[in-house]
Amino acid sequence: MAEYMRSHMIADAQSGYCPGCLHALATRLVSDVIEELGQADNSLNVISVGCSALNILYWNGDFLSVAHGRAPAAATGVKRTNPERLVFAYQGDGDLAAIGLAEIMSAANRGENFTVIFANNQTYGMTGGQMAPTTLLGQKTTTTVYGRDAETTGYPMKMCELISTLEAPVFVARYALNSPKGIRDARAGIKKAFEYQLAGKGFTFVELLTNCPTNWKLSPLQTLEYMNTNTIPYFKPGVYKDKEAENV
Amino acid sequence: MRSMGERKLIVLVEINKRLCKDCGYCMHFCPKKILAESKERNSRGYFYPELTDPDACISCGICATVCPEGAIELPPKGED
Repeated sequence: MAEYMRSHMIADAQSGYCPGCLHALATRLVSDVIEELGQADNSLNVISVGCSALNILYWNGDFLSVAHGRAPAAATGVKRTNPERLVFAYQGDGDLAAIGLAEIMSAANRGENFTVIFANNQTYGMTGGQMAPTTLLGQKTTTTVYGRDAETTGYPMKMCELISTLEAPVFVARYALNSPKGIRDARAGIKKAFEYQLAGKGFTFVELLTNCPTNWKLSPLQTLEYMNTNTIPYFKPGVYKDKEAENV
Repeated sequence: MRSMGERKLIVLVEINKRLCKDCGYCMHFCPKKILAESKERNSRGYFYPELTDPDACISCGICATVCPEGAIELPPKGED
């Protein structure tokens, strides 16, 4: 029944996220899993820049707030000096797929033994809804007012597919948080990633498809439907790499 | 509360209205459709969900699963 109880890893107050934001749900899932694994005092959250930085006021456990996009680099240092710690970087798509692309690819390629939780809402939420590398074709943002056009801005970047082509990562998976099934799958995926890390297997990457009701200009329930019809067909949920399962 | 016969574990939805932001996910996903918006606002000005028919609740936990804020819990009765 612990699954249905609020974790003590998050503050006993409303989060800083907008109503209906699945970032808050992603944070809650991570906190639930950490508590379930008994790692509440042993975890370290490397918080990036963006809406994910709202966790500074919301996260009750240890955390490190680092420069824009550099969470995997900082997490590398923390994990190498504290190998017994459960270290994870919590990043958004603007942070991970744009400014921090070099850090995430390098850390994944080195097979650093920590986890990256990647919340992908296809926009820069914190700064007012600009186009992110993951913005869908045709999606309107403040910098692509007629919708994203592949001719001038390229195609949405699929990070799970990119990272799964590398040799070192042991677990790469994507989950959509817009349905109860997706949320439960995501919870199981995060748990698996953390268990691999605690067993010293190597780099683990969990992408969570989230929404942004404020900048998509939709109601919370409409964003869930938008994810079904637009986001999920392009960013297909699933396990892209699981080295341990392959070895069995 | 209805009698559950010999069943040992009885859980019931507990809604912490202080944490609610009225996104409506719990009301949308409730399979029994027994969560409805309140008439009053909470301290932050949001309408929060209320159980309209506690007897019909099957304790599936979907409302607690989808709540981004963790405002809904299903504590096992008799714990503590």
